Amino acid sequence: MKIIACIKQVPDSEAKVKAEGGQVTWGDAPLVINPFDEYAVEGALQQKEAHGGTVTALCIGPESAREALKHALAMGADDAILVSDPALNELDTVGAARVLAAAINKIGGVDMVVFGRQTLDNGAGITPAQTARVLGWPMLGLAGQIKVQDGSVQVERVIEEGRQSVSAKLPAVLSVVQSIGEPRYPSFMGIRKASKAVIPVWSLGDLGISAPAPVVRRVELMNPPVSDTAIEIITGESPDEIADKLTDKILAEKVL
Amino acid sequence: MDLSLSSEHQMAQKMVRDFAQKEIAPVIKEYDRKQEPIPFMLKRMGELGILGLPFPVRYGGQGMDYLAWGLACEELEAVDTHLRVVMSVHTGLCGMTLFQWGTEEQKQKFLVPLAKGEKIGCGAFTEPGMGSDVAAMRTSAKRDGDFYILNGEKMWISLASKADLALVTVKTNPSARKPSEALSSFIVDLHSEGVKTGDLHGKLGVRAGSTGWISFTDVKVPAANRIGEEGEGFKITMSGFDHGRYTVASGATGIIRASLEASVKYAKSRSTFGKPIAEHQLIQEKIAKMSQDYEIARLLYYQVGWLKNQGRRCTRETSFAKKFATEASFSAANEAIQIHGAYGFSDEYDVERYLRNSKGAVIYEGSSEIQTLIQAGYALGERSDKPLRCELPAYDEKSWQS
Repeated sequence: MKIIACIKQVPDSEAKVKAEGGQVTWGDAPLVINPFDEYAVEGALQQKEAHGGTVTALCIGPESAREALKHALAMGADDAILVSDPALNELDTVGAARVLAAAINKIGGVDMVVFGRQTLDNGAGITPAQTARVLGWPMLGLAGQIKVQDGSVQVERVIEEGRQSVSAKLPAVLSVVQSIGEPRYPSFMGIRKASKAVIPVWSLGDLGISAPAPVVRRVELMNPPVSDTAIEIITGESPDEIADKLTDKILAEKVL
Repeated sequence: MDLSLSSEHQMAQKMVRDFAQKEIAPVIKEYDRKQEPIPFMLKRMGELGILGLPFPVRYGGQGMDYLAWGLACEELEAVDTHLRVVMSVHTGLCGMTLFQWGTEEQKQKFLVPLAKGEKIGCGAFTEPGMGSDVAAMRTSAKRDGDFYILNGEKMWISLASKADLALVTVKTNPSARKPSEALSSFIVDLHSEGVKTGDLHGKLGVRAGSTGWISFTDVKVPAANRIGEEGEGFKITMSGFDHGRYTVASGATGIIRASLEASVKYAKSRSTFGKPIAEHQLIQEKIAKMSQDYEIARLLYYQVGWLKNQGRRCTRETSFAKKFATEASFSAANEAIQIHGAYGFSDEYDVERYLRNSKGAVIYEGSSEIQTLIQAGYALGERSDKPLRCELPAYDEKSWQS
């Protein structure tokens, strides 16, 4: 089986992200592989182990995104491809889906594409479905278990109402959730391989497409309102007096 | 001069950090309180390859270099000292000494299962009546045909009751001209007849770590298990300490970092006199000192890692790193408690554990006083490194992968 794990590089979950001058900044916080995508790599590796084949990690991003791809290689992916082009700086999910689909078509002969359920930065969670749409392949979202048999894939979807089993013919696009299993740590052997790996970089020219025009435009970015809290300790001669003062305060502040 | 870590080093560092943070940090308080080892710890460290990290692949290792070993120790001890202790005694004192001094046959027989984590090793040098004064050792071995017969007792041995194999240094020639020529080292199977082990409790720190004693009563050890020549035990033990002290230094650096991180976090969230305590200069002074010490300790152990990679003897530099980092870790943990105030005095926060854990390393693997004597010896020209019959091989990327 030829499996693609689509990954993205995002700021570390502990980064303090804020809006500054209409742009998102995260200071000098490190960039890491999107934590949800570690599950995608894990799911892809499980299928490779069960059925043989290869796992290719695929990422759109700047040069620095190589590090996220190296993480996937260190976990056990066979190879990695970075799609990087200055024209891709402002990419919405539809655009990302078009670029990923073009890369998947260029790789050729792919049986399964695995995504994490969403990214930590934008969190739209729709790129997997949009990629499936561009490819014209079935989309099985929020998969907790994956079973491949006779050219079909059956997944157990973890949804709010319970679980649902669905199947589709391969090739197919999947997004996976945590119940796929804890992502494995990179192995030291994998780390050594990854640190020496030459990761090919494909430009839009290599994919034979032009920069997709954005269909969604970000109008404004706002920081969450700062919570303004004050602590006041109420004192008094007796518990009754303190309780009375507290009740008056609560009523005066219109809490009740 | 390039002080940056390679991408390989950074990934190894992150992998060990993730393991320690995800699997050990959530349960350490519970086991530290119970004074019990975490049951899955050795198995997981073996499965993940951490136990065999710096050994060549042909000896069951992971083929990483000596610097990566130090980086792993820093990450492990930033969570808890007992994890790093395993890297000191299993990987360092036992494994690395075998790697340096063992014959090819001994490496295949003993190092391979240690590096793969299939067997656990420890180093047994200290006795109830001696520690730093290695030449005053009383445990003895007498040659009897193809065997040696061991008698005596070793104490304060990390992993004594968990280990399968121990590198043991004993007296083989009580009438030797120089006391240091009286010693020999052996790999002893701790499942042999006549070996008894037990745990010691009531330690100030490293309470999730296993520390115990080993007694030998007429234990028959095959002569083939002797590491090096008869009378080479002192040199072998001292090379073992070069490896052990490196892990102690890099580990203690992890305590400084953990104390610093905890202090910064707390100082920003706790307010007194109308502002976060991080804005008070006396708190800043403590934090600045920790952050400076972290940098110094890190650079000192990086230097040792680099020297080891070059295949150069570095007893002197290891001593600097060990003494500085262990003392600075004790001071950092102490100040971290001060910054945390009453909360720091309670085990609700981690910093009191850092302080208890940090004290041991100022004593073991060559106390600060011994380190001072070593350093003075080099500075006064009274001490120099004579070539050893078996030097630690320089890291060679190609050879380590084979």
